[in-house]
Amino acid sequence: MKNVEANMGLELRGLKKILGGRVIIENLDLSMAKGEMISLLGPSGCGKTTTLRMIAGFLIPDAGTVKVAGKDVTNLGPEKRPSAMVFQNYALWPHMTVSRNVAYPLKIKGLGKIETAEKVEAALGLVNLLHHQDSRPGRISGGEQQRVALARALVQEPDVLLLDEPLSNLDAKLREKVREDIRELQRRLGITTVIVTHDQEEALSISDRVAVMNAGKIEQFSNPQDLYRHPATEYVATFIGALNRFEGNLVEGRIVSGSDVIGIRPEDLILSSQQNDDALPGTVELVIPRGHFFEVVIRREDGIFKAFTNEFIPAVGENVFVKIKKSLRYQNGKLVG
Amino acid sequence: MRRYFNPSKVALNLSVFLLALFILGPILWLGVHAFVTDWKYPHLYPSGLTLNWWSKVFLDSALKTAIRNSLIISPIVVVLSMVICLPAAYAAGRMNYWGRKTFMITLFSANSFPKIGLFAAIATLYYTLNLMGTFLGVVIIQLLGTIIYMTWIPAAAFASVPRYLEEAARDAGASKFTVFRTITLRMAMPGILVAIVMSFLASFDEAQGSYLVGAPTIYTMPTEMYSLVQNYPIQVAAVFSILLAIPSVLLLGLARKHIMGGQLAEGFQIK
Ligand SMILES: Nc1ncnc2c1ncn2[C@@H]1O[C@H](COP(=O)(O)OP(=O)(O)OP(=O)(O)O)[C@@H](O)[C@H]1O
Ligand SMILES: [Mg+2]
Repeated sequence: MKNVEANMGLELRGLKKILGGRVIIENLDLSMAKGEMISLLGPSGCGKTTTLRMIAGFLIPDAGTVKVAGKDVTNLGPEKRPSAMVFQNYALWPHMTVSRNVAYPLKIKGLGKIETAEKVEAALGLVNLLHHQDSRPGRISGGEQQRVALARALVQEPDVLLLDEPLSNLDAKLREKVREDIRELQRRLGITTVIVTHDQEEALSISDRVAVMNAGKIEQFSNPQDLYRHPATEYVATFIGALNRFEGNLVEGRIVSGSDVIGIRPEDLILSSQQNDDALPGTVELVIPRGHFFEVVIRREDGIFKAFTNEFIPAVGENVFVKIKKSLRYQNGKLVG
Repeated sequence: MRRYFNPSKVALNLSVFLLALFILGPILWLGVHAFVTDWKYPHLYPSGLTLNWWSKVFLDSALKTAIRNSLIISPIVVVLSMVICLPAAYAAGRMNYWGRKTFMITLFSANSFPKIGLFAAIATLYYTLNLMGTFLGVVIIQLLGTIIYMTWIPAAAFASVPRYLEEAARDAGASKFTVFRTITLRMAMPGILVAIVMSFLASFDEAQGSYLVGAPTIYTMPTEMYSLVQNYPIQVAAVFSILLAIPSVLLLGLARKHIMGGQLAEGFQIK
């Protein structure tokens, strides 16, 4: 029992939150191991921030419990919780220098001058910002501000690190680099981390597991491969990656009318110029270069298909054969095969 | 580069000069008169220089008392005003938009009521409370004039401190009170400093109410002016005016240094 507790990172059980008379989060369960990094992924307004703020202690849940490292913190204020948050807009205090920002949590804790200075230096070293110690937050770039916010969170040596869309204020190029830096740091320090994002690429590339949220609920909580290859609900299938979606059944490689929903990933369509087993003929309507692959839109008699290919690239108007290699079948939104 | 005679530029310079003369002229006039024996119309130059008027002011016990009263009363008024108004300003700053608007507009309407009418009403109240001619009476009447500054400006300053900066401090382990002390108050400080300066000047310059309530037992510098103008040569009034202006100039200088040039202004550059 003791051992299990020690291995606990974060556990949310039956969380519920009502805001402005509306149920925002309903019966949310989630548990993660120590040292794991997970994403809360979902469309705008699905309750990601609300969930994160309940973990941080800015919101007290109307029902359910929050446990951090095996300890129930449900009724503690944010200052008493062993979590540290990186805010979306970084929330650096403009009247303090970078190092005073990072030193603040330690000062509050009552740490001595020398120890504080050492820890601040270590934290700033971790994010490569020692040269900006004495700058004011208003004078450094967005990416640097982001790193200061991260250092301020890390210096607290929290049991859980919370990040609310930490990359959304950075430009595309920087975003990729910073997210790799965050992941590398997280791995190195072995720090339990929850990151909120509505960017699926970000979520899939950075986390051990992703919780896909929709309208206040977790639809699926799994690792990135699983989410993509075996989406548990129709919602997850359409939300993650591209999908050809048909209402009907799949019989002998052909869509026929029926009550199921069939989902086919564009890379699970095989194009060829010759007829073979289950392949059906179609006409190429569009060919779009997508960098390292091509997107091809084909009209078959049973529907319009979008395929990704980089081996056989047909021309517009050409007749090709399309074979469905793999498909997902949903009944009432749930995966059945 | 060749220069052309530019009539519009000349007109502009001339108007700036005239405006400066209009604003600074009276002050210049005061400055000169405080140090000369006499300088009247037909004479092109003053008849002589003297520090006589200054010693007159500093040796006259009534004038000295007025200076002392002003220097005691105004700081007390400012401190009381802060104690009374700043909590209200904080509350207002933390209200939602419409609550704050209503609060501010109510205060403003009360303040735009003609002062002299208000003072007359207060005077009758003072008689029943035995506050007429008392130190406390003068303090209270001056306090009224500072309320608008000490609530409006700090309320706006408190309102402009982003909530997430306070939340970040809570998250870092600070109690609500520590957050207020180290983040909220600190960031609202420029506004509060402005309010302190404005309130001090409002109190220091207040004459109507202070005269009505204080005379003839308590005179402050502005109310002493009334008798000064009648009983002394004009040069003594000039000296007195300069003395009256010193705190304003000092405070404005101080405020400028701390608010416009300092780190506080720089801090407000990020959202
Ligand atoms: N204080 C509040 N009062 C009423 N409704 C609220 C409040 N806070 C949030 N909501 C509502 O709760 C829902 C979830 O909000 P939340 O901020 O958690 O969404 P999110 O998933 O973080 O979205 P985004 O990606 O846009 O940040 C939204 O519909 C929002 O309008
Ligand atoms: Mg959000």
